[in-house]
Amino acid sequence: MSQGIAITGMGIISAIGNNVAENYDALITEKKGISRISKIDTIHKNDIMVGEIAYSNQELEALLNLSPQNNYSRTALLGAVAAKEAINQAGITDIKAHKTGLISATSVGGMDMTEKYYYQYLEDKNAQKYIAGHHAGDSTQKIAEQLGIEESLVTTISTACSSAANAIMLGARLIKAGKLDRVVVGGSDCMSKFTINGFKTLMILSDTYNTPFDDNRKGLNLGEAAAYLVLESDAIVKAENKPVLAYVKGYANANDAFHQTASSENGDGATLAMEKALEIANYKPEDIDYINAHGTATGNNDLSEGRAIIRVFGKQAPEFSSTKAYTGHTLAAAGAIEAVYSVLALQNNIIFPNLNFETQMQEFSITPELKLKEKTLKTVMSNSFGFGGNCSTVIFSKDK
Amino acid sequence: MKNVYINSVGSVSAQNTTDDSDFLKDIISYNETTITAINPNYKDFIPPAAARRMAKGIKMGIVASKLALQKAGLESVDAIITGTGMGCLHDSEKFLSAIIDNNEEYLTPTPFIQSTHNTVGGQIALEIQCKGYNFTYVHGSNSFESALLDAKLQLELDEANNILIGGVDELADHTIVLNKIIHHIKEEPVESSKILDSKTKGAVFSEGANFFVVSNKKKASSLAQIEALEIYNTLTIDSVENQARQFLKENHINPSNVDALILGNNGDVEFDTFYHKLATGDFKNTQQFVYKPWTGEFNTVSSFGLLLAANILKIQNTPEPFKLNNTNTSHYKTILLYNQYRGENHSFTLLRTC
Repeated sequence: MSQGIAITGMGIISAIGNNVAENYDALITEKKGISRISKIDTIHKNDIMVGEIAYSNQELEALLNLSPQNNYSRTALLGAVAAKEAINQAGITDIKAHKTGLISATSVGGMDMTEKYYYQYLEDKNAQKYIAGHHAGDSTQKIAEQLGIEESLVTTISTACSSAANAIMLGARLIKAGKLDRVVVGGSDCMSKFTINGFKTLMILSDTYNTPFDDNRKGLNLGEAAAYLVLESDAIVKAENKPVLAYVKGYANANDAFHQTASSENGDGATLAMEKALEIANYKPEDIDYINAHGTATGNNDLSEGRAIIRVFGKQAPEFSSTKAYTGHTLAAAGAIEAVYSVLALQNNIIFPNLNFETQMQEFSITPELKLKEKTLKTVMSNSFGFGGNCSTVIFSKDK
Repeated sequence: MKNVYINSVGSVSAQNTTDDSDFLKDIISYNETTITAINPNYKDFIPPAAARRMAKGIKMGIVASKLALQKAGLESVDAIITGTGMGCLHDSEKFLSAIIDNNEEYLTPTPFIQSTHNTVGGQIALEIQCKGYNFTYVHGSNSFESALLDAKLQLELDEANNILIGGVDELADHTIVLNKIIHHIKEEPVESSKILDSKTKGAVFSEGANFFVVSNKKKASSLAQIEALEIYNTLTIDSVENQARQFLKENHINPSNVDALILGNNGDVEFDTFYHKLATGDFKNTQQFVYKPWTGEFNTVSSFGLLLAANILKIQNTPEPFKLNNTNTSHYKTILLYNQYRGENHSFTLLRTC
């Protein structure tokens, strides 16, 4: 059970960069991607801050060489850009050479176009092409098309903010079971008025830079992003002598079964997810060198997750940090964004700092890593939690 | 590898499928462009105060899942895996129209919370206090099949023993209007028995929820064994028959050994051609069934196809109106299901008696 699944490529587009190299550069130079919102006209623009991607839709369409008749949502555009980078990095020139699938995660799907044209659709014939692009699976179908994946296993997961972690998990299981030889896994979510207003009504949006695990944290910044990993079977890695970036070593999903949106006070679901992932990886808690926490900077998440970390690791928890101060909370994509960051941490033996932290939380004594830190890393744990009590943990390692 | 069985079903649909007493006894004929699911007595399953806050999709999902659990004699399960093509449409529309109509003011969080795709899966976990694995798939007409595929993988590898899976989708007003504009919904109503000959674009849209307890432990009450399942993002008219052959071959079955073929024809002149390919090719002498003329089309309606197949295998009951041809097949041991929607997200599922 402890055999890892090889990661051979990754791609990302986020508020701190349009590819893996730019993201890494921003992470180590502590450059945040959080700003006032510029691409969506919302009455909340002066009350919130977001992690926006610089490219406009037109620029993304040009990058992908799409015809003007295309009906790509921004979710599909971002996803296609990131997935293509992952395929390139994995050195894949013939996608059909092996049985290749795609597991993508999204919560927003085509909502960006739906909210733009909701009533306009009734009269505007030119806008009507986007109607069929509303459902979540549509963005995945388009990403598959962009990658040339045909007549294969392609699906979409939507479990709110743990979605992409679950996509990685499913992909690893499909390779393990021999259902696929190769699978592209990750997620994409664009910014939308729908999610801005949704989180606004829940009163968990910060009016300034988000401050994960800070005692005075005021809530999250929404972000948009997409990221994908390429997972390949041992047989391919061996036959093609492929460089392996890292391995997916352990994973688990559990349910908090406590509340539709809030996490239980002591992080029952999160604890279960971390424990089960350790078990699958055949690791003990002390084998984990760094935790990339979910750390959304909401009052509820950081308390619940921190307590869960203490339950699993004791007060001597390994170094942990949330990178959401850089990117904002990218919802369904977050698990994939942070998977890329976890692999970058392993590759470079670097722990990324938890920015914006000032005040120790009163409820416990563990403190996130505040400075960029060099440390030999063998294993990284990444947490992602979502609405519906959905809790996921993925463990990445250098060793198979 | 362990075998995988369907141990129970719970269903809310446009036909009588909720109660065992009249289960598919009298098939209801419709003459509409959209069909709503028959409301069960929700009070029997959900406290009225809670039910008032829930959209129909959530309620249908809870009823169907509770029935499946009851019939399997289980209080809880190891995992809950849900498929929904469009998610909680009613709450999505409610929240979005409120944003637009009131210029982002005076909003309440409930419709936003309940618009999340995994609301049904999360609610069921809350209700039965199931802390296990909980996934929601949202991939068009392969949403339910993805859930089944995931469950099958876990049961075969003995990572779980009992898993609740289901498909649920609901209708919502604005989405209906929009799908009429782009002719994904038929322009004119058609009688159920005449839908397949309508020769018009689009389908009759509908809603429903079908949940199953699938298990690697066979019981006397088990309905069928799930032999194999494969999903494809694309197939072409020219490749569908070959892929069907390939799928059967991998499972060591000849097309002639398939006792029944359950097809997803919905009367859309543009896309039923995929089904015709199988119906007039390798399987022309096989007993064929269709169900969508009587249930309507929605992304997870193929879960009704699975329910129909399981029912045929368990009690050899074959509702006459669902028959596409008549081959005088007397006993059904092996059933192949094929489904797609608008030429995308195709699936083959193979079931047998257990």
